[in-house]
Amino acid sequence: MEKRNGVHINIKDLTHRYTAKSPITFEKVNIEADPGEALVIIGRSGCGKSTLLHILAGLLEKSSGIVRLDEKDVTEPSSHWIMMFQAPHLFPWMTVEQNVGTGLRFAHWPEKKMKKRIAEVINLVGLDEYAKNNTQDLSGGQQQRVALARSLVMEPDLLLLDEPFSALDAFTRATLQKDVRAISKQLEFNLVMVTHDIDEAVIMADRALVMAGSPGKIVHDFKVDLDDPRERQDPKVQAMRASLMEIFHHAAGVSADDSNMEGDDANQSDIELAGN
Amino acid sequence: MGKSLFNWVAGLGILFVFWWFGGYLIEINPDTTNFKDFGPIPTFKAFPELFAIGKIQAAVTTSGYRLGAGLLIAIVAGVPIGIMLGRSTVFRELSNSPFQLIRMISPLSWEPIAVIVFATWNGAIVFLIAVAAIWPVVFATAAGLAKVDPAWFKVARNLGAKPWHMVTEIILPAILFDILTGVRLALGVGWIVLVPAEFLGVTSGLGYSIADARETLSYDHLTAMVLTIGVMGYILDSSLAMLIKRYSWHHAR
Repeated sequence: MEKRNGVHINIKDLTHRYTAKSPITFEKVNIEADPGEALVIIGRSGCGKSTLLHILAGLLEKSSGIVRLDEKDVTEPSSHWIMMFQAPHLFPWMTVEQNVGTGLRFAHWPEKKMKKRIAEVINLVGLDEYAKNNTQDLSGGQQQRVALARSLVMEPDLLLLDEPFSALDAFTRATLQKDVRAISKQLEFNLVMVTHDIDEAVIMADRALVMAGSPGKIVHDFKVDLDDPRERQDPKVQAMRASLMEIFHHAAGVSADDSNMEGDDANQSDIELAGN
Repeated sequence: MGKSLFNWVAGLGILFVFWWFGGYLIEINPDTTNFKDFGPIPTFKAFPELFAIGKIQAAVTTSGYRLGAGLLIAIVAGVPIGIMLGRSTVFRELSNSPFQLIRMISPLSWEPIAVIVFATWNGAIVFLIAVAAIWPVVFATAAGLAKVDPAWFKVARNLGAKPWHMVTEIILPAILFDILTGVRLALGVGWIVLVPAEFLGVTSGLGYSIADARETLSYDHLTAMVLTIGVMGYILDSSLAMLIKRYSWHHAR
């Protein structure tokens, strides 16, 4: 597959509220990223990070501000910037191949060219032997790989990830995090991912943006300066994780030692609830 | 597989034994012995005759055409209405009471009106079948749409889907199974309406053949036509059941 070289992302004074009466989701958000850069936005649930991603994908309208990709205003969805969601949302009546080829069929690709491309992408995500399978027979991780292939087949300049690994088991999640980052670097497209998992941010990001408050704001821009491939046990990775954790907890208004933030908000709030 | 095939044959066998026994009781009773041709043996003897004069083929073709036309109208009109019902809250709320009201009118009670409105009896019968068959198609389509994952539209839009792609690539394949289930129900209702609708006015079709056999006291012909209705209905229903299985993407896990 061809290299894309990514896009220049320019978000300026971006503000959003769902309706005129609803509270401001986030305000005056400014983000700039170079072509090929991987951004991870971390923040607690409800800080507006997923909304921000939807606006960047053109799937949601902004209230005010500027959202530009390579100097072009984002006003509608485009196959140049593709979003992956928490659930794979595969089309269950299609095989793996057919799912992957969806966008190409919409664009009326010739059959032969389409088949070649589909095979390449399925190979890239490591699902060769499952190409003809029904997607309902695959595991959660494999399904998310199909969703990844379905996005990559469009050769996007920018891949937007809305906590796409959060429903997977730890091992599958770790493998996919590394694979997605590796593919993005190999094909040189941009990543923008939102998550509440610090580990995920350290493994995947070139820069981690910490989002906090209500209305939400970007409160910290953290450079994750690590070599690839990144291994969790690597002391450098561990040190980076500790620094980011410190910043995150400071921003979120909790001290680093009063919670064991392993990227699992749900469990934590369960404990809090049980404590009350 | 062998066992279920055996049970299939055995079930039919039991039905025929009951039929034969009923025929036997009719025959030995002097008051009813005139009706002995209702039994299975005279009936099966009538089949070759009816085939030879082409009566069964003609009746099946004519009735089949009426049923097919009625069902086609029900599908062509019913699927879009069902899609609107599933997609638009306003349409759903507006149409709910009129639809429920019209649906509860027995299809056959439209017959006098249909005869006045349509120039031919044929047209009237097709109309009656369509009126009966449209509701299962409408409601099954709407119910299918309710199960469609809204995120599929978001994903499709992101992958460059045009508005018509939403219908041809997402909605229709997603709910084909439900539409076919509706068509299967519609077929059952249409088949039930067809025969009484053919009792009046027309001089062809399965319903007419039954009425005609009664007039001419040929009870073996009458039962043969009744059996034909059962067999045809069974074949049509089974074919649709097979189609439904073929287009179902719901996996039993």
